[in-house]
Formats: sequence, C-alpha cells, structure tokens
Amino acid sequence: MQCIVLIKQVPDTKNITAKAMRDDGTVNRAALPAIFNPDDLCALELALRVRDQYGGSVRVISMGPLRALEILRDALSRGADEAVLLSDKRFAAADTLATSYSLSEAVKKIGNYDLIFCGRQAIDGDTAQVGPQVAEKLNIPQATYAQEIWKENGKVFVRREVEGGYEVLALKTPALITVTGGYVLPRPRSARRTIRFRNVTAKPEIEARWKKENPDMPAEELDKKVEAEASRCKQAGLLIDVWSVDDIGADIKRTGLVGSPTRVWRVENVTLHTGESKKIEPTEDGIHALVEELIHDHVLG
Amino acid sequence: MTPSQEIWVFAEQENGELKSVALELLGRARELADELGVEVGALLLGSDVLDLSRTLTNYGADKVYLADHPELKQYRTLPYAKVIDRTVQAHHPQIVLFGATMIGRDLAPRIASQLVTGLTADCTDLQIGNYLDPFTGVDHQNLLYQIRPAFGGNVIATIVAPNHRPQMATVREGVMKTPETTTGRVAKIVKAPAEFTDAELAVEIIEHYRKPKSVDLRAARIIVSGGAGVGGKEGFDLIRELAHVIGGEVGASRAAVDAGYIGKDHQVGQTGTTVRPVLYIACGISGAVQHRVGMQESAKIIAINLDSDAPIFSVAHYSIVGDLYKVVPLMIQAYKNK
Ligand SMILES: Cc1cc2nc3c(=O)[nH]c(=O)nc-3n(C[C@H](O)[C@H](O)[C@H](O)COP(=O)(O)OP(=O)(O)OC[C@H]3O[C@@H](n4cnc5c(N)ncnc54)[C@H](O)[C@@H]3O)c2cc1C
Repeated sequence: MQCIVLIKQVPDTKNITAKAMRDDGTVNRAALPAIFNPDDLCALELALRVRDQYGGSVRVISMGPLRALEILRDALSRGADEAVLLSDKRFAAADTLATSYSLSEAVKKIGNYDLIFCGRQAIDGDTAQVGPQVAEKLNIPQATYAQEIWKENGKVFVRREVEGGYEVLALKTPALITVTGGYVLPRPRSARRTIRFRNVTAKPEIEARWKKENPDMPAEELDKKVEAEASRCKQAGLLIDVWSVDDIGADIKRTGLVGSPTRVWRVENVTLHTGESKKIEPTEDGIHALVEELIHDHVLG
Repeated sequence: MTPSQEIWVFAEQENGELKSVALELLGRARELADELGVEVGALLLGSDVLDLSRTLTNYGADKVYLADHPELKQYRTLPYAKVIDRTVQAHHPQIVLFGATMIGRDLAPRIASQLVTGLTADCTDLQIGNYLDPFTGVDHQNLLYQIRPAFGGNVIATIVAPNHRPQMATVREGVMKTPETTTGRVAKIVKAPAEFTDAELAVEIIEHYRKPKSVDLRAARIIVSGGAGVGGKEGFDLIRELAHVIGGEVGASRAAVDAGYIGKDHQVGQTGTTVRPVLYIACGISGAVQHRVGMQESAKIIAINLDSDAPIFSVAHYSIVGDLYKVVPLMIQAYKNK
C-alpha cells in the first residue's frame, strides 16, 4: 500500500492569547510554540501500521514555512519513508479550499498512491474541511473520523465514528481517510532514526547557511556549493524536497489568499457577559431565598 | 437561469427523524430570508421521507427540494454530495447551511469543493451585513456574516465570502433556538435529481452501530453540572440527587469527564454538547472558555465555586461563593421544603 500522509504544524492553541493575533485575524505563528497537529500524528500512526502490515511506503507532505521542516523530521524519526514540504509565499494565507487545491496538486505530482491519510482536523482552525476537499479534488472516496483500518480480499475496511456509535465502511482504493485522535497511540520517535534524521535538511536551509557563513562569495559560486551539498544530502537520503507553486504546476489563481473564497473580516476577543450577577450567600437563608425566587420566576417547578 | 437567491438548509434526517439542528437552522434561515425578502428552501434527502416535508414546512420552509431514493436511505458521502451539488447548480441559492454534525462536517466540505466556493465551519451565529472589500474597494451588500469561535475559543471571527456563491456554513447544534411551528403553511415540493454512477455507490456500509444515548442534554430544561471540584465519582451522586429532585439532567465539565467521574455523553462545552436550558447550575466548575461557550446561552445560570475569582462567575446570574458540599445539600433541602 502506497500511503501519503498530509500533516500540519500548528500553533499550540492551548497557549494562545489575543496578542498572537494580527489585526487582519491571521495568527502570528512566530509568536507561538509550534507543534505537530495531534490528529495528524494519529493519521501518521495509522499509515505506518498499514505499511508495516501490508508493505508499501509512507510519504508525508506538509505545507507551510520552512519551520515546518521540524514536523517532517519528526515524521521521519517515527518511521516515514520520505518527506516533502510545500513552501512558497504564494501558498500562504490560504483557506481550506485553496489549501486543499495545493495539497491535491502535490499529491498528483507524487502520483502513485493507494491511501491518503489526514488528521480529522487541525487545532488552529478546527474546520475538518481539508481532508474531504482533497478527496473531492482527486475524485476519490473519503472516510472521515476513522478509528481503525484493515485490509481484506483487496478491499480496505475503515471503522469510523458516527454520532453515538460507529460504522464500518468497505472502500476500494485509492481513497482518503481522515483520522480521529485518541484511538491509536502514536509510536514514539525511534532513537536510531532520530539520530539519523537529525541532520536532514532542505535546499533553502543549505542556501541560507552558505550565505550566512560566506557573505562575500559570488552568487554563482555559492549556487554551485549549495547544489553540490544538496545532492550529497539527497544521495545520503537526508534531503527533504521543497516544492514551490511552480514545482507542482499549480494555478496561482487557485492558491494562497488569491484562491481563497473566504475572508476573515473581523476578529473580537471573547467578551464575558456583563449582565448583573446576584450574589447569594452560601447559608440556609440565602439558598432558601434563591430557591423561592426561582420558583416564583417559574424557573423551578 | 437567474439565481433564485433562496436560502437553503440541509434537512438532515436519520431513520426518518429530523435532526434538531435542521429545525434550528430553519428558524434562523427564515429570519435571514425575511430580512432579505427571499424564500427558504429545505434540502431533504432520504428514502421514504416525503412525510417530513410537512414538518419542514411548519418550521418555516417555503420549498422542499426532495430527493427520495433507496440509495439515499443511509447517509453516504458521495450520493448525498452528488444530489446536493446538482440541485444547487440547477437553482442557485445564495446561501446553503448545514448542521455541524458529523454528517454535516463530512458532507459540506466535499460539496463546497465541488462548487468551488467558500465554507465556514462550526458557526455559532449568522447575520446579514455589508462588507467593504479592502483589496478592491467594492462594497458588497447583504452578505452572510459567518461568525465562529477561533483558536481554541479565544476569539470570535466573522468570515465573509464576497465573490463566491453559494455562501456556505456549518452551524453548531444547539446554539440557535428552535422556532415556533406554524400550521397552515404550504410549501412547494421540488423534485431533486437522484441518479448515481457505480463509482458513486461503491462505498459499502458493512456495519452500523449506535449505543443508546444515556442522556439528552440538548432537550433538558434544567442541567446540574459538576466539574473537577466535585472531586470524585461518588461526589456525582450528590449532583445527581439535586438534578433528580429539581427535575434536571446531569452535565459535566471536561475535567470531570477526563477524570472518569462521569461519562463523555454528559460533557458540556466546545468538544461536548452545547446547551441552552432554562436553568444551568455549575458546581465546582472553574468556567474555562471552552466550557462557557457550551452553556453561556442558558436562560439562568447559577455558579457554585469556592474561588470568588473563578471565571464561571462572569456568566452567572446567581453567584454563590462557597463549598458545593455545603451549598448543594442546602438547595436540595430548600426545594424539598418549599
Ligand atoms: C480544545 C479544547 C477543548 C475543550 N473542550 C472542553 C469542553 O467541551 N468542555 C469543558 O468543560 N472543557 C473543555 N476543555 C477544558 C477546559 O479548558 C478546562 O480545562 C475544563 O473545563 C476545566 O474543568 P473544571 O472547571 O471542572 O476544572 P478546574 O478548572 O480544575 O476547576 C475546578 C473548580 O472547582 C472549584 N472547586 C474545588 N472544590 C470545590 C468545592 N468543594 N466547592 C466548590 N467549588 C470547588 C475550584 O475553585 C475550581 O474553580 C477544552 C480544552 C481544550 C484545550
């Protein structure tokens, strides 16, 4: 089974404050700790189990700034075979429609896949929309809220959560699965792989380092050095490909902010109700009066 | 064909029973449609569901777009998405609303992608308003304001989709009032096309299991909720006793659920149930924003907490600073002696 997992680096919304919001309603991600989206970790785990049991490979794709290389390294340390980062200003500030377009174009470029895994939702938006929208763009069936997956007689079976219970679906591949966190425990990073992939890098990182260390080197020479190092890393299996809009042949009218139908118009801090609150003494008299009042107001019968 | 400008609601049903959120949405759609002077359409998909169109009419629909087909008996993404996609393309509503149920959140994004339009998830409010596009300077009249909590509930964002139709949103269950029904209304039934390819019917449902719900918080008139401050499983006996005496259901904070004091069905809040009972009594709940968003619309809120600075008091109508183990028995006693 050839598996692709779509993963996202997200700001840790547990620690988010209004200060981390820009006026236009986007998050100032740089101001927040960034983590591997929890549901995506479970999606990766299910993909790794499928590969370990039935053979094949696991590729991970993320879209975001270079900082997102962190979670790709993390995914490699946990057992993913290959990683790709989509990084380009023209992908940025995308809503779910534009995001799913860009991701589906990257999936098409990879081409060879049986199953695509996504986390159910990302904690910075909680929309749960990108998975189904990628499936639609690839014209393949979807199974959302998956808890478990197995194969029998050439078909894939997915146990998925439904309101108050579960159902089991049988699908033919290719198909897209979104995974609900909490049913599988993501495996830890293996020590051996962590050491191996600690130095995994990407061309923009190599370039930035060469520029910093050799500020006076002529551009042409610098390019050559960067190319040489990148190809050495690639041969050693220590290079994460970084794809731009052009690399995946995407239509720039459909990516990023330009390709996003929705606009965040206004953002407000959550204000508390300021309605008058009546203080009730925790005494027999106080509580008695309260109960009387509630009965009088027909709140209590 | 000129756009119909209608406002549509996905009338989610299972086993011939309409979801409460579908009725809540009809109520709001009716208000928005009256403001805009347009009609309300209900999208009804299923097998042998014609009867439900009466209910939808009574709750405010002017038209019922009906796709009645054996393959639509149980919800499956692809056949449902196909019907709705085709029906929207034939009639061009300006707004299409879905409940943010597990089905709504599976279906709506697929359709929005098919229609190449925007979709806002999990709205808690919808309004009509204008939007001046800062990029183009165009002043858009009468857009749908799609209002939702964002970033873990810490802010409220208003989203618009100025240049794409239909404007689509999913709306949380329980945040909008179920409207009053009116009888004597007549709605037009419009047949929606239901034809499927083999590929669209290829996903099979092998098994479908539902455990009977132990509690229906949404329908409860009174809810007595316990939090981490209850301190243990046994402590919930006291919460249950108060609920029983005054005729309510038992709710809980996530901390109480996570600690195993009570089942997940009882959880109120962002990742639990959104409730708006006549009376909500919060016992030993600090009132984190994720809890408040699920209960702050309650008509009357009583908060009992040892800590006078607990944020729950900011939404309470009656604040009792004290030990719940003293206060709750006093309430039971006061009510029994009334
Ligand atoms: C993404 C996300 C989603 C979440 N979703 C939800 C959700 O749906 N619902 C939800 O509830 N939470 C949710 N939470 C968790 C939320 O942030 C809080 O952690 C949780 O609500 C706290 O529960 P609590 O008030 O019971 O516990 P605490 O915050 O620990 O509060 C216990 C309170 O009890 C009081 N107390 C202690 N003893 C007594 C006593 N004897 N008498 C009276 N008072 C006493 C204390 O003063 C304290 O205020 C979510 C969090 C995240 C990050």
